[in-house]
Amino acid sequence: MYKGLTIVFGFLFIGEGISELLHLPIPGNVIGMILLTLALISKLIDISDVEREAEFFIKNMSVMFIPPGVGVIAYWGLIKAQLIPIFVALVVSFALTLVLTAKFVEILSGGEK
Amino acid sequence: MNSLGIFITIGTFYLFSKIYEKRKTFYLNPVLLSIITIALFLHITEIKYETYMESAQILSFLLGPAVVSLAIPLYKQRGIIKAYSKQIFFGIVFGGALAILSAFYVAKILGGTPEVLLSIAPKSITTAIAIGVSEKIGGIPALTAVLVILTGILGNAVGIEILNISKVKDKVARGLAMGVTSHGLGTARIILDDELSGAVSGLAMALNGIFTSLILPYLIKFLK
Repeated sequence: MYKGLTIVFGFLFIGEGISELLHLPIPGNVIGMILLTLALISKLIDISDVEREAEFFIKNMSVMFIPPGVGVIAYWGLIKAQLIPIFVALVVSFALTLVLTAKFVEILSGGEK
Repeated sequence: MNSLGIFITIGTFYLFSKIYEKRKTFYLNPVLLSIITIALFLHITEIKYETYMESAQILSFLLGPAVVSLAIPLYKQRGIIKAYSKQIFFGIVFGGALAILSAFYVAKILGGTPEVLLSIAPKSITTAIAIGVSEKIGGIPALTAVLVILTGILGNAVGIEILNISKVKDKVARGLAMGVTSHGLGTARIILDDELSGAVSGLAMALNGIFTSLILPYLIKFLK
């Protein structure tokens, strides 16, 4: 168990370090994810050494969104004042992205056949 | 009262998960219901958000290792990336950019304030990454978290129906569009529809998270 955790937290630490040292606007955890994927592809790290621990984190991700989400109460005034731009943008962007991306990829696939 | 936050977060989530297990409908989403319930509880009892976060922040800290862990499904699905490299690459660039630009500009036209525009821009990527991106670009991570979950719920609720009405039949196209638009909750729904669509959707979600976090900070400077 500690080997897998060392790998996960090690890559998180490296990712955060790179993000801070190079002043990148990219979150350190995303850099850590990219580097771990590359380490797995290049066989630097064996999947069986980290799989169980990583899957535990992924499976339980939902509960981790709750505390940051509860923070919306601090912005209740802003949300009430901006209800229309927020929700119209959300719904319109959702429908547009879903339909146009699907159509775009379908055309790409069709072109191959 | 040190453990108040972690206790009510886990306890509330446990309760709503039990309800969701019995009836898997989109409006019973346990994360959203937990957020609303805890927010109301804090409001009624006049307990400060800071008091709640004293222990609840342990949970959000775990988002860091959880995002790093997404490397595992990404690695496992590398076969699909190879098989559909063209659709996946161009689909993510197109869909990922469209998700950001359409949300940003529609909100802007309707009079959205700068912080609202920045909070809504990453709404189509997985919550864990979106929170980090929102923080980096000057949005409100809490608002982003809620908007991301709502986008996922929309995909889960009506995504398949919209794809059917639009007469999209290609399984890769359906999966990719769903993953790029509605991340985890959309993927959870389309995986029931078709296995290949589900696998592509999961991949698209992870890759769009990477794509958006790489381009959005630079794109925002340009949009402003």
